[in-house]
Amino acid sequence: MTRQVIMALAGNPNAGKTTLFNQLTGARQHVGNYPGITVDHKEGLLEHQGTRITITDLPGTYSMTAYSAEELVARDYLISNRPEVVINIVDASNLERNLYLTCQFLELGVPLVIALNMVDVARDRGIEIKADKLADLLGVPVVPIIARSGFGKDKLIDEALAVAARKQSWQPRDISYGDDLDAAIAALVPKIEATHFVDGLYPPRYIALKYLENDEQILAKGKDTDPATAAELEAIVNSVCEHTTKTLDVYPEAIIADHRYGFIKSIIRQGVVTHKFDTDRLYTSDRIDQVLTNRLIGPVIMLAILFGVYQFTFSWSELPVALLEDFFGWLSAATETILPDGRLKSLVISGIIGGVGGVLGFVPLIMFMFFAIAILEDSGYLARVAYMMDRVFRIFGLHGSSVMPFIVSGGIAGGCAVPGVMATRTLRSPKERMATLLTVPFMNCGAKMPVLALLIGAFFSDNKAQYMFLFTMLAWIVALLAARLLRSTVLRGAPTPFVMELPPYRFPTMRGLLIHTWERTWQYIKKAGTVILGISILLWAMMTFPQLPAERLAGYEAMRQNIASGYDETIVAEQAQERTVLSAAATDLAGQLQEINKREAEEALRHSLAGRIGIAVETVSHLAGFDWRTNIALIGGFAAKEVIISTLGTAYSMGEVNTDQTESLGERLKKDSNWNRVVAVAALVFIMFYAPCFVTVICIAREASWRWALFSIGFNTVFAFILAVLVFQIGSFFHLG
Amino acid sequence: MQTLLLRQMQKGQTGTIRAIKIGGELGRRIREMGLIPGAQITIHGRAPLNDPVAIRVMNGTLTLRNSEADYIQVEVQ
Repeated sequence: MTRQVIMALAGNPNAGKTTLFNQLTGARQHVGNYPGITVDHKEGLLEHQGTRITITDLPGTYSMTAYSAEELVARDYLISNRPEVVINIVDASNLERNLYLTCQFLELGVPLVIALNMVDVARDRGIEIKADKLADLLGVPVVPIIARSGFGKDKLIDEALAVAARKQSWQPRDISYGDDLDAAIAALVPKIEATHFVDGLYPPRYIALKYLENDEQILAKGKDTDPATAAELEAIVNSVCEHTTKTLDVYPEAIIADHRYGFIKSIIRQGVVTHKFDTDRLYTSDRIDQVLTNRLIGPVIMLAILFGVYQFTFSWSELPVALLEDFFGWLSAATETILPDGRLKSLVISGIIGGVGGVLGFVPLIMFMFFAIAILEDSGYLARVAYMMDRVFRIFGLHGSSVMPFIVSGGIAGGCAVPGVMATRTLRSPKERMATLLTVPFMNCGAKMPVLALLIGAFFSDNKAQYMFLFTMLAWIVALLAARLLRSTVLRGAPTPFVMELPPYRFPTMRGLLIHTWERTWQYIKKAGTVILGISILLWAMMTFPQLPAERLAGYEAMRQNIASGYDETIVAEQAQERTVLSAAATDLAGQLQEINKREAEEALRHSLAGRIGIAVETVSHLAGFDWRTNIALIGGFAAKEVIISTLGTAYSMGEVNTDQTESLGERLKKDSNWNRVVAVAALVFIMFYAPCFVTVICIAREASWRWALFSIGFNTVFAFILAVLVFQIGSFFHLG
Repeated sequence: MQTLLLRQMQKGQTGTIRAIKIGGELGRRIREMGLIPGAQITIHGRAPLNDPVAIRVMNGTLTLRNSEADYIQVEVQ
């Protein structure tokens, strides 16, 4: 039987953890989510000389406190899954800071192997590290590797397997924290040992440290499991805390950090690291920064790059998007001829093919966007974007990294909120991330553009360009102000610390880019696909049932018969053949029959559940100037904003309206007594800001939770309605229509 | 020798951190990134709107907002 070994991979962000993980496991990866949070759970398989190894890629962290979801996940995984060995990847060119996390692994006592990564980069910088010496001093194996090229990976796995084979119990290392804290730890440990505190999962000294560090998770666990002991421990901690703040003016947690760095320094100074030449010289990365983050040209270059990403995502994906559209068009046409007329056919074409096509239609967009973002992220540029934009976005309670999702969602008109919501993953600050993903759907996505074009074309035909620009600006302003509103109400709270690393510029590896892109795309297809299919069938049913009563259908049939009877039999037969070229009389007949079909479609829509809802909410919606026909179209817009135009077409007896040719519908609206300029602006405002389309809602549910997804439907709709009512009431009051 | 707040330092200026006057989440985040008393830092640059600030510490570049830099006291030559 082959041996099975479970390993975990841990390390700082930017230390090359993902590169090593890809190098080790290749495409044999599985990405999921830890329950309830958006931290990825990545697992990969590896065969090494007859041993089957399962590697879990823990989220990149600088520490193991309870502050971020990533750190909690990493710690909880180690405690509850007890991997046989942990590979701690460490950036050789930035050893001191990377060893801070290593210290905490040593204190926890997990079986550890250190992968000393980027020894080549360090050597170029004149840093020479004696791996043997480091291994001796730390008491764990250290293997120099270059994750990008795969150098040293076999030796690393050999060492890791050797450690795992020893099957030793966890051996926590003691680091001295100075007289005051050591005394406190000495007082805490016996109490923790005696009561088998927090189920004995953690080493006693580790718990003592976490109490001194004021670790929220461990404190809460302690209170839950053993309130009496917890109170005793807290009393000891409080007294030492009082003492250190009085005598040294520092908190115990600061003393702990100082001593950890002191421990690291004492190791490094024992001849582990030698600098061959001056450490202060400018590296290539700094030279690049002198241009890319220059105070004058930096922002200009950034705008150009962001625009480039936008172009790449939306222009280059045009061809695959068109191919997919053609394919689903062909599929609908094929179904049209195969299935007999009736509900089944309507369900398959409008519900199933339309729904699946809707989901898959976004796939090229998502692939292109994640590819572009992966380049920016892996190269280190995205951190610079956050650095340059933070001052502006902070005003609205957001983060410098929020700029990317906004641009992708339609900051430059014509984006898409689906990849935009998914792009918020690059934000590591929870509140800022939530505010971003709830407000990006306000931007003018590509599906809202035809509606904008229709209404602006019909009612403001003289100044089309200006109005288009105006509405793009309006989207930005409203989205940012809404973010500000959310951050001072439901997402209230101090900003998450911004402190972050500007990693050195690196060339992304193609393999890394492709794996990253595929991961995200596949997650989208898997999760979004199933739900959206169900919802699109539901919406189809709402717009189809209940059907017109039999006598109404018979009535329309009689009308068609009546008209046909006025023509010669040969002409009726010619019209029925659906030829493209018809004689004048047959064209005339076809036109008249079409007219009746359209009227029937309108009545059927009005009779359906969606129509009844549209009529029922007219009492409220007339405050914003919307009649029942507009209401139905807006209900359809929940599915996808594209549906608004075609539904308006049906509701106004225009038949199917193509989004490319909306002049006739525009003319029709202009003549309608319910419409004028004020109503048009009110409708535009409402359509721009009301509930996101269902695909977006599902992405929000996936990235945040269903509660937030439902919140975004409710909040956006109410918010948009208030704006629309204001526009309509004020506009009507001043007779601007 | 004088002690400044990190916010007041000029681009290119080097100094040694003397104290970090904040605890809690921000204090911990600052420390785990290598900003601790005794660490040598150099101002690497400032963002276009003068905030955040980028600094070099322990062979890496970090960036933090001016409001966060206000808790860090630096001794400069």
